[in-house]
Amino acid sequence: MTMPFYVSPEQFLQDKAEYAKKGISRGRSIAVLEVIEGILLVADNSSHALHKISEIYDRVAFAGVGKYSEFENLRKAGIRYADLKGFMYSREDVTGRSLANAYSELLGNAFSQEMKPMEVEILLADLGTEDRPNEIYRISFDGSIFDESLVSVVGGRSDQLKTFLKDRVRPGVTLKEGLSLVRSGFLEQNENGHPVMNIEAAILERSATGRCFRRFSPEEVGRLLSNDP
Amino acid sequence: MIPFREGSLLWGGSSFVELLHRVRPENASLPSVVPSGGGERSSSVFSGSPASVPVWHGTTVLALTIRSGVVMAADRQASEGYQVADRAIQKIFPVDRSSAVAIAGAAGPAIEMARLFRVEIEHYEKLEGVALSLLGKANKLGQMVRDHLPLALQGLLVVPLYAGYDSRTGAGRIFKYDAAGGRYEEETFHSNGSGGLFARNVLKMLYHPEMDETEGVSTALRALYEAADDDLATGGADFVRGIFPLVHVIDRDGVREVPVTDVSRVLEEIGDRLKRRVTP
Repeated sequence: MTMPFYVSPEQFLQDKAEYAKKGISRGRSIAVLEVIEGILLVADNSSHALHKISEIYDRVAFAGVGKYSEFENLRKAGIRYADLKGFMYSREDVTGRSLANAYSELLGNAFSQEMKPMEVEILLADLGTEDRPNEIYRISFDGSIFDESLVSVVGGRSDQLKTFLKDRVRPGVTLKEGLSLVRSGFLEQNENGHPVMNIEAAILERSATGRCFRRFSPEEVGRLLSNDP
Repeated sequence: MIPFREGSLLWGGSSFVELLHRVRPENASLPSVVPSGGGERSSSVFSGSPASVPVWHGTTVLALTIRSGVVMAADRQASEGYQVADRAIQKIFPVDRSSAVAIAGAAGPAIEMARLFRVEIEHYEKLEGVALSLLGKANKLGQMVRDHLPLALQGLLVVPLYAGYDSRTGAGRIFKYDAAGGRYEEETFHSNGSGGLFARNVLKMLYHPEMDETEGVSTALRALYEAADDDLATGGADFVRGIFPLVHVIDRDGVREVPVTDVSRVLEEIGDRLKRRVTP
């Protein structure tokens, strides 16, 4: 009988974490900011068809970095979960917190039980109401969940962008200011310049009723970034 | 937990109806689980004759195309036999930014169908990242009506009327259905429900394709007035309680409800004109 090689659990998990981190850092960044108009989500994405930012429910948006097929599956599962819950109970019973917990559990299980961990990191933004503040959750490949505020960044060289934005974003920035700050951050990250076309942006709009998620067209992004008022 | 592996409950395509069927197999609005002749699963709702189960019914709903889109209107009364069950129910449900569905028939399953339809359309749009075409949505509703056929045969008939603004053709479109799920497009106007025939006759007299929004709304309200006048189960304007028919306008700017003040003003004008005609 052959004995399997012994690998200590510590080593095994560390290897998996490293593998996942490598996959995630290869990609490009996504930033989520709280702005006066609501919650702004901005992704560095060269594709206009394959989105990294998406609507989950009335006041909840999703952003994912890493392996496309994996975060796309997570996104779809989130929409199914939210729509089912909203249909069986009521639309207001769908909360970002319960979704974040569900994602955390799923990613945690995948990390500890599967050979290959998921190479994704996701952000979940839940637009607050008058009696409830905004919620932003960052959920990592191992299921660890972070409750963030004001600014949250995932993917690519996220630390660099996060430092850049944390230094500059103040409570009460406008949508226009927030978007141009993130764009400066992208420019900082890429020495070879960063075309406006590579910006995918969407907002959870405070002034909207019902479905608050709105995706900006490339033209709108260009207009928001232009200097004229 | 959100399982999304193949074979798990939350795996699958872009249809919410199918998802609901997998998660909640006993869902009665789906055909495979509803016994067509009573059967073992039958409850009092399924096995009783239609008359033995008190069911609320909604009545007159109508839609007509105007130059810029389409106008939809419905009365507010739900009836249970010869009694008023509710004076202010909603029979028009906005589905998305460009269409709405109006329901007539057994109120419970009809409202459930409208809710399910709305989620179905939104679910598809979110998963696929692109909205269904108006015709695609109309066909989907047809499938849902057909799925409901076993219940319809047992007395819980639901007949929706679907209308929307088609951005591809730049015009309003109306779809009517039969109980078996048949979908028929109507280019001018249609109305459903117990007072539907009376409303349709009024529309037949007054309709012309070049109507603007104001004329469309007043024509719709006149049709509802006549329906309420001749049909017991259709509610008229209630100036005492301040309950008025619901009117929605759908055009390129979206779906919007006509304010109650406007509806009541138009109804008063209709009333004044009619008074002059009948009093000597």
